[in-house]
Amino acid sequence: MKRKYRISPGEAVGIVAAQSLGEPGTQMTMRTFHYAGVAEHVPTGLPRVIELVDVRKRPKKPIVDIGLKKELCKDRKKAEEFAYKIEAVSVEEIANVYEVMRDKKIIVEFDRNAAEIYKIDFEMLNKALRFKNKKVEGDKIIIEVKAKKSKDKKRNETKALRRLYNKIKKKVVKGIEGITKAVVVEKDGEYFIRASGDNIKALLKFEEVDPSKIYTNNIKMIEEVFGIEAARNALVRELKQVMDMQGLTVDIRHIMLLADGMCFSGTVKNVGRHGLAGSKASVLARAAFEETIKHLTEAATKGEVDRLMGVSENIIVGKTVPIGTGRVILEYKPEKVKNKKHSKK
Amino acid sequence: MLLHYTPVEEEIKQIKFGLYSPEMVRKMSRAKITVPDTYDDEGYPIDGGLMDQRLGVIDPGLRCKTCGGTSRTCPGHFGHIELVRPVIHVHFAKHIKNILYATCEHCHKVVLTKEGKRPKKCPYCKKELGEIKFVKPTTFYLNNKELMPTEIREMLSKIPDSEVKKLGYDPLTARPEWMVLTVLLVPPVKIRPSITLESGEKSEDDLTHKLVEIIRVNQKLEANIAAGAPQLIIEDLWNLLQYHVTTYFDNETANIPPARHRSGRPLKTLSQRLKGKEGRFRYNLSGKRVNFSARTVISPDPVISINEVGVPYEVAEELTVPIPVTEWNMDEMKELIKRKEYPRALYVIRKDGVRIKITDTSRDKVLEDIGVGWVVERQLKDGDIVLFNRQPSLHRISMMAHIVRVLPGKTFRINPTVTPPYNADFDGDEMNLHALQLEEARAEARELMIVEKQILSPRHGRAIIKPSEDQVTGIYFLTRDDAIFTKEEASKLLYIAGITKLPRPDVDGKFYSGKLIFSLLLPDDINVKYTSKMGEEVVIEKGVLKKGAVDSKGAEHAILEVVFAKHGPEFTKWFLDSLTKMALEALAWRQISVSLKDYVLDMKAKAKIKKLLEDMDREIENLILKFKNKTLERKPGMTLRETLETMIMNITSRTRDATGEIVRESLGKENPSIIMASIGSRGSILNAIQMSAVVGQQAIRNKRPNRGYYKRNLPFFRKGALTAREKGFVYSCFSKGLEVDEFFHHAMAGRESIVNTAIRTARSGYMQRRLINAMQDFIVMEDFTVRDSGGRIIQFIYGGDARDPIFSAIESKEEFDESPREDDVDTASR
Repeated sequence: MKRKYRISPGEAVGIVAAQSLGEPGTQMTMRTFHYAGVAEHVPTGLPRVIELVDVRKRPKKPIVDIGLKKELCKDRKKAEEFAYKIEAVSVEEIANVYEVMRDKKIIVEFDRNAAEIYKIDFEMLNKALRFKNKKVEGDKIIIEVKAKKSKDKKRNETKALRRLYNKIKKKVVKGIEGITKAVVVEKDGEYFIRASGDNIKALLKFEEVDPSKIYTNNIKMIEEVFGIEAARNALVRELKQVMDMQGLTVDIRHIMLLADGMCFSGTVKNVGRHGLAGSKASVLARAAFEETIKHLTEAATKGEVDRLMGVSENIIVGKTVPIGTGRVILEYKPEKVKNKKHSKK
Repeated sequence: MLLHYTPVEEEIKQIKFGLYSPEMVRKMSRAKITVPDTYDDEGYPIDGGLMDQRLGVIDPGLRCKTCGGTSRTCPGHFGHIELVRPVIHVHFAKHIKNILYATCEHCHKVVLTKEGKRPKKCPYCKKELGEIKFVKPTTFYLNNKELMPTEIREMLSKIPDSEVKKLGYDPLTARPEWMVLTVLLVPPVKIRPSITLESGEKSEDDLTHKLVEIIRVNQKLEANIAAGAPQLIIEDLWNLLQYHVTTYFDNETANIPPARHRSGRPLKTLSQRLKGKEGRFRYNLSGKRVNFSARTVISPDPVISINEVGVPYEVAEELTVPIPVTEWNMDEMKELIKRKEYPRALYVIRKDGVRIKITDTSRDKVLEDIGVGWVVERQLKDGDIVLFNRQPSLHRISMMAHIVRVLPGKTFRINPTVTPPYNADFDGDEMNLHALQLEEARAEARELMIVEKQILSPRHGRAIIKPSEDQVTGIYFLTRDDAIFTKEEASKLLYIAGITKLPRPDVDGKFYSGKLIFSLLLPDDINVKYTSKMGEEVVIEKGVLKKGAVDSKGAEHAILEVVFAKHGPEFTKWFLDSLTKMALEALAWRQISVSLKDYVLDMKAKAKIKKLLEDMDREIENLILKFKNKTLERKPGMTLRETLETMIMNITSRTRDATGEIVRESLGKENPSIIMASIGSRGSILNAIQMSAVVGQQAIRNKRPNRGYYKRNLPFFRKGALTAREKGFVYSCFSKGLEVDEFFHHAMAGRESIVNTAIRTARSGYMQRRLINAMQDFIVMEDFTVRDSGGRIIQFIYGGDARDPIFSAIESKEEFDESPREDDVDTASR
């Protein structure tokens, strides 16, 4: 590479990257994206960038792309079968669930017609519902609710009933928890499964799944399962994808720097007060960002020292910022003068 | 050495944070404050009162009793209040809780288990450990018995330094017992000045009010203790003291009512002064204010260079530039001082730093005394370098260096070509100008910030300073095949661009083609080949436009970026300047304007569109029928209704797009609106469609509008109807005008987009603030690693290849240079 194309030492690449990612924010749309058949209203544009930069535990609409082993990826039928296998079917889809307030019990009524579509029989439902106080009456499973003894028994029982009711409704009878709406998609002559959900931990246990070809838009999940390097790459990929989709060009280096900044500590940190900005070395920089009082009191108790190495701190105390031309001192040595009387800045 | 500014003699190396011990507070204090009052009846500060003259003075006539300074020179001094009973400092209550929880109340050692829990029994003294309870904001219980601050302080002070260290506190700067206050530091008067109202009445600062109350309660408490009052009364007063001290530090503490001013407004106490956007940190410390700046409305001037800024005389007369006097410029400076009109000196600064205004009376004296080492502050003049900025400053090119050009008129003038980086337009935008004061700053501005060095954006390495709108249209007309000029016209165009050599005529031996004239701007080594937006091939060979008319793609990127890659900033600046002038002149001759008649379709086209819309209605009706019969096929992952809605949305948008061809055909290729849309200079075909054919489906949240009355959007619609019209399709075009219902639906969609923009700016603004804050300290080091201010490595080689993103798109446009060099990245980064 030619020297003139190389980055200059001292260049404030962080600020440039932040501006390059932030400035187009005003031009981004707030619209959502539609993954055919898998999920609607998947955030794109600004909301998605904010979601990525915040590193939410779970994105609003998690999507997982499941690559398949050789035997399946060429065969649409087999792929579909597998998609069918992993798709989660919850109790409420194959049974009617009632709560009976008076008797403090929940009735799960097996719906044969609905269950048939999913090829689920009563036994599977029965197995999925593992509770102590369970009674089977024909097609019905009756579960009694007992609340822990406490002062306000009645309220507690109602609460417990409601909690259990919701739990039972969402209980998975078949498939993998969290994986819904699995659809077979073709790309470059190979089939893979796209589903809504992010439970790659469970998916990786299946033989049919090619572990090198599984991907989710949940960065935290990738970090947990595949580690920090994978999370960084996923972050770059997701950010790039959003920008491309909006028709905005941002140099990949800026995105990479952001991702590296978020990941270099070993865990994915968000850019807010509880992440990168909150873990800065300088007390003044942190105080100037958010939670001023908290940072000042904390610094006082620890006897922290601000060594004024960053940008914010030096602006606050009124010194030159140690970035770019602020990092170097200009010296001028007139040729004729022999002694050391050169002048410093 | 010549310096016209005071060099920094002492500077802050580092700042250490810590707590003050009571002893330290007493040592720092210049006055013990005992009187809960400020001024006496004569308006004179009371000794021992909150305005004690030992704390510094604010009245101009008085002198500080501590340092003898006046209100200008005295920095202010602290005082103190002796609290009769200790109180908890709210901000440290949580720390106190943690320390109490972690230590044994008998032997004062750290007792926490591995899990960080408090065990039942002390592992050292084997005594039972009590339960510590903390009730916000400042109450503590040990085994359900309230702990008074005296007891807490007692317990904390018994924790040895070694144990304090174990808890992560620094015992030298923050002994835990210092978190319980026994003396209160009183800030200098300067920090809480009183204001004299017009009526002569004195109004005190919020902090002073708070301090008055603290002293008052403190005195009352003291009197009651001395009188041997019952415990209950003492505790009440103690709590009251705690309340006042708490609100003195933080008047937004949860669970306690904020202290209020007489008017009912909550007091702004210490925390409130520091916190938030309007607080000390963000408003005063991070936000600096400057002198030598100007602000006014901007307006366009295509005749000045892109790196110039037109400055009104009024501004140039006010702003000054300091010039150190040397033996070489002495005469010139004296001439400036002598002058009584515009380019003159306003002030001189003597060697001892005293600034003298040049007036008719002082002029002669100044001329007599002036010598080397003085500084002359002369008015801004042509050729000076200044910074120019438009808010919001979203990226670094929102502030660039321009060369001054003093012009008549009252606005700043900029070349319209530099508007994109500023995101400026001329509908009343204002911009700021900063006159640089240091040679170092001027050199940096000239080398790094000058406009022509910002032609490529660091965001993507593509041109950001580029022709747009009318300039593109002008270039297009200039380079079209039908652009032919007479000798006179050609001479004019070339002269405007600064070219004085007339080439040989290339058309019929006496006329000049536009392509030839355009080619004269291009250097000989430019070779470009691209397909324009109209699908036409544009070819430039050896700096000569051979084929095709240049559109926005070429003017903005394909040609411009190659010129920049091969010839650098200065030449590209000249290229843009000349091109702008020439293009606008050519456009002025050719003329482009639009009027209502440019959007009237012929009868045939109208009929076609009518048919299209009727087909659309029929199709939708069929779908609705199918939906009602439940014969509509459900799409995966959608309900039947959702399927219907998406299908209808598809039909409506398809129909509108289909009208595009009809409109294009009917309006003709030479229709100004169509020309502008197709060369990409302004507007799109959609604008033409909406004006002349059909506005189309209005949407809310990407769905057909579905709100208002029961099962219908507007009261005169049928309940439950799903037709296009009743769900927001606008059949009319803008030139015809909208029907009532259409107008309403259009307004609904219009409102949504306005709300969205408002929300988006707020959200993206906050995101950018966070991004900047997270990454502002990342810089490239000499070894091309990226590090933060703590020296931690973020990237081993910036971007993986140490390439400046500004040039990321450019190299391919230059001849490829593959030979490895000594200064190659890999060797350099070793």
